[in-house]
Amino acid sequence: MIWTHALLVGVLFAAGTYLLLQRSLTRIVLGLGLLGHGANMLLVAAGGLPGPAPIVGEDPATVADPMPQALALTAIVITFGLTVLILALAHRSWQVTGDDEVPDDLEDRRVAREGGDEEVA
Amino acid sequence: MSALIVLAVALPLGAAGIAAAFSGRPPVQRVVSVVALGATLVTNATLLGVVRREGTQVVHLGGWEPPVGISMVADPFAMMLAVVGSVVVLAVLLYAIGQPGTVDEARFFHPAYLILAAGVSSSFLAGDLFNLFVSFEVMLGASYVLITLGGRADQVRHGMTYVVINLLASTLFLTAVGLVYAATGTVHLADLVARLDTVPDGLRMALGMLLLVAFGIKAAIFPLFSWLPDSYPTAATPITAVFAGLLTKVGVYAIVRTQTLLFADTSGPSPLLLTMAVLTMVVGVLGAMSQNDIKRILSFHIVSQIGYMLMGLGLLTVTGLAAAAFYMVHHILVKGSLFLVGGLVEHAAGSAALHRLGGLVRRTPVLAALFGVAAMGLAGLPPSSGFVAKLSLADAGLAEGQGLVVGVSLAVSVLTLFSMTKVWTGAFWGLPPEQEAGGVTAAVPALRRTPRTMLLATAALVATTVAVAAGAAPLWDLSVEAARALDAGAYVQAVLP
Repeated sequence: MIWTHALLVGVLFAAGTYLLLQRSLTRIVLGLGLLGHGANMLLVAAGGLPGPAPIVGEDPATVADPMPQALALTAIVITFGLTVLILALAHRSWQVTGDDEVPDDLEDRRVAREGGDEEVA
Repeated sequence: MSALIVLAVALPLGAAGIAAAFSGRPPVQRVVSVVALGATLVTNATLLGVVRREGTQVVHLGGWEPPVGISMVADPFAMMLAVVGSVVVLAVLLYAIGQPGTVDEARFFHPAYLILAAGVSSSFLAGDLFNLFVSFEVMLGASYVLITLGGRADQVRHGMTYVVINLLASTLFLTAVGLVYAATGTVHLADLVARLDTVPDGLRMALGMLLLVAFGIKAAIFPLFSWLPDSYPTAATPITAVFAGLLTKVGVYAIVRTQTLLFADTSGPSPLLLTMAVLTMVVGVLGAMSQNDIKRILSFHIVSQIGYMLMGLGLLTVTGLAAAAFYMVHHILVKGSLFLVGGLVEHAAGSAALHRLGGLVRRTPVLAALFGVAAMGLAGLPPSSGFVAKLSLADAGLAEGQGLVVGVSLAVSVLTLFSMTKVWTGAFWGLPPEQEAGGVTAAVPALRRTPRTMLLATAALVATTVAVAAGAAPLWDLSVEAARALDAGAYVQAVLP
């Protein structure tokens, strides 16, 4: 059980990181979403093995740990809110620039040009 | 006294709700914000007094005892930063209100600003890792709104960098929290101290490094700083000022808290932290020297100054930590003042680029004087607050035999002075640019009048930096007290009696 969790978290982080490194804002937003899911799954996995609901009367040794689930719930809400915010930002970026590519920084381009002899594409 | 701890967060947060209800009516929002942040300042100052008299104060929210419940802990280190933080937040708010026709009138400026203040307070008072995460998110969420408030193309472009980098850092932080819980079964800071002792050394170090990277991005330490000079200068002046003064310092606070409490190696100075401190100082100041815009110069200086605070932490002695605490207080005030003065220059002359300024010392002597006092503080010339801060830091470094680190830090001060001189000669001395370039006939555009509220708010903040220099002795005593309370044993005893 813990191995499926570990594998899932690994895949989510890998895919999230890949998308985060793309130039299109939509992909970056999706990448951040996947990373957030990965972190939340990791929180759930941190609670250990599954078990019955932690209600008075159950054997405390076998119940599922409720604490990381509470943490994950809080984190999901935060991730949700912030994802909405960056989607709005991406939309605004599309409104003002006409596409959702992250443009080069002018200063960076200037430095790269003046930086001289090496072949700069 | 527990009510005071809750009030420090509840006041600005409640006021944010009220301000949101009055969105579109700036006069009401202004009153709400000023009253709330003024009351927060009084609350924090009272709480600091209580903490000094009676020792660290703790609230277990909802009456749940640790390690199950959420604790809020007011110790001298947290409270001295909280008080200074509320001073800056209030001064910048007055400045923003005084600035005609800008950020203050945006619908969500006041609610977001108040939420930011609540997040900062809550971060300082957090007694467990997860609550620290939530506080950070509250603070950063508000900051995302503030940095992109205008919705201009360059703001969206640079604000996006800021948002994405910080979200990534937050994800790393959350991952670290999950791993800490998996390894120890708790996220309560005081409870963690004992439980981390049972964790294997390698795992403990990995957890410490993961937290250091997550907070290092937020604090803009080398090599994780490049987002800061990119994004800060594009926001409106009051917003940049409060970010520059406070937000990175909350990151430094989190580094100090976790590294002293959870991952402290008591065998002597930490080579890793000292190396990062030196590189942060040097790279930051070199970046500042190569810039030609007041806001960008000041942004690189934030990075450089973070190095000094890390240096105090890296020494891991009581005097080192006290020097770091003193430095943070000095830096929050000086940096906030410098950005406000920079904003006044930009407002008066229409630009913050050095080649478009010149001769301001004759045209606005008041601005020149304010800039001069704050710049002396940043460079650390006696008798400014920066001098006291750097002297105590050098003292603490030499006591640990770190001559090389102290030497670099002093050399960086000289370069800082050079960079401040560049701003001074570029903006305040010399002739106005049009006269220089076009001969005597070209008319110099008249300066815009500086609104009185903006000027008074800036002057008040600059006055506090002078007060830090004048009251250095009692403030140093407080810093030493704060450094002693950072000790893991003292902290655990105060929180888990």
